[in-house]
Amino acid sequence: MLVIRCPHCGPRPELEFAYGHEAHIARPADPSALDDQAWAEFLYIRTNPRGVHAERWRHIHGCGRFLNVLRDTVSDQILQTYETGTERPAPNGGERTR
Amino acid sequence: MKRYSALSLLRAGLGGHAVWQRQWRSPEPKPSYDVIIVGAGGHGLATAFYLAKEHGITNVAVVERGWLGGGNTGRNTTIIRSNYLFDESARLYEHALKLWEGLSQELNYNVMYSPRGVLMLAHNIHDVQSFKRHVHANRLNGIDNEWLDPQECKDFCPPLNVGGAMRYPVLGGALQRRGGTARHDAVAWGYARAADALGVDIIENCEVTGVRRGVNGAVEGVETSRGFIGAKKVGVVAAGNTSVVMDMAGVRLPLESYPLQALVSEPVKPVFPCVVMSNTIHAYISQSDKGEMVIGAGTDAYTSYSQRGALHIVNHTLDAICELVPMFRRLRMLRSWGGTVDVTPDRSPIIAKTPIGGLYVNCGWGTGGFKATPGSGNVFAWTIAKNEPHPFNAPFTIERFRDGVLIDEAAAAAVAH
Repeated sequence: MLVIRCPHCGPRPELEFAYGHEAHIARPADPSALDDQAWAEFLYIRTNPRGVHAERWRHIHGCGRFLNVLRDTVSDQILQTYETGTERPAPNGGERTR
Repeated sequence: MKRYSALSLLRAGLGGHAVWQRQWRSPEPKPSYDVIIVGAGGHGLATAFYLAKEHGITNVAVVERGWLGGGNTGRNTTIIRSNYLFDESARLYEHALKLWEGLSQELNYNVMYSPRGVLMLAHNIHDVQSFKRHVHANRLNGIDNEWLDPQECKDFCPPLNVGGAMRYPVLGGALQRRGGTARHDAVAWGYARAADALGVDIIENCEVTGVRRGVNGAVEGVETSRGFIGAKKVGVVAAGNTSVVMDMAGVRLPLESYPLQALVSEPVKPVFPCVVMSNTIHAYISQSDKGEMVIGAGTDAYTSYSQRGALHIVNHTLDAICELVPMFRRLRMLRSWGGTVDVTPDRSPIIAKTPIGGLYVNCGWGTGGFKATPGSGNVFAWTIAKNEPHPFNAPFTIERFRDGVLIDEAAAAAVAH
């Protein structure tokens, strides 16, 4: 089980969180202006990287707020957590949480 | 290829088993092939076999990063069934089930296909309605599936606890009698041996590191850890790593890779006569010929390539199994492991041409690809050989996500397989 550091509540077990999939996918401002391909890309196409993945989680059984997590999908090590609405940070050595 | 038979087994036994040949060669890669298949799992090896057998394309290589059958083919819980809801899925999975029935003879290799029945349990009103709908839809498609009441479930599988004080009592079940299990490793080995005998090169320890494309954009071959290998056509069958390989060709897919776990108990005498699945409380279980109870757990919440999952996922499944089959409470678990499964948004696979000339992809089998192995390889070989989909896989395109023609089998898949 992962231990995820909520920016608001501190480190908590994964069971308190709900997974929110890939981060930094902005909903198009004017969906009706998009063609089908662009809309499908927003809805369905994912990076699914083997390596560092920026993803959303929601601390649903805690503060209820969304957060972003940088996690290595090969080791499952969490490199960094950061607040939603901020830029994706460059991955550093990070906190070891597992 | 030396044919196996009861007589050859007897002869080898009398000769101290000194006469067995290697089942497939371990060739050096040639400079180029007509077709390269990326991934020597069941689906990839089956594709190579049917390319050679049914389409006469024998200048084929199957390249594999690790060892043959070491991914999800060797990690699944070996369940076979075809009782999917929608017509498109029913055709595809039933095509596979029909091939399973004759597969040991076709490959001259005992894949131990055992149609012992797959019983899917209903625990609430929604389950009952949904499964009855499945039963009717399956029957309209000529696929066997029948509704059993709780006592009939108990009669078919006596170890089940169907009443009493269960939190989620058994309200009935849908039984596909032709469903069952097969020996997963034997499927990979059987296809590898048969494909090799037809001239297919199986190249293990050969990781694809790039996809080379020519000036017209079409595929020219693959860069590998053992050098460049040219190919007119490349079929990617890389399961959980499909996104990684396709990214090398610049193709982005609607896939996410998740850990999926399974475990086996200590071996015991035959006690469990069929496959039992329960989506609602999440348990699926069968007994291998070795005697181990083979148990499938769920996916973790997050994407991962780690081939391992968290213990609470396994515990959740074991809680359900202990309530469903009380006598297993004293059973000790022997081994557990994880695989990486590639999941599409509609839980149906993609078996299709790609926007890139000469590049084909067979992926998105999610948590339930093993059952489809022969059918998947069969229609994918057709797609590669003829550069157009077989009627059975024509709906399973990449473009269905753009066009809104999803094949939403999330009710049949997503958790239990």
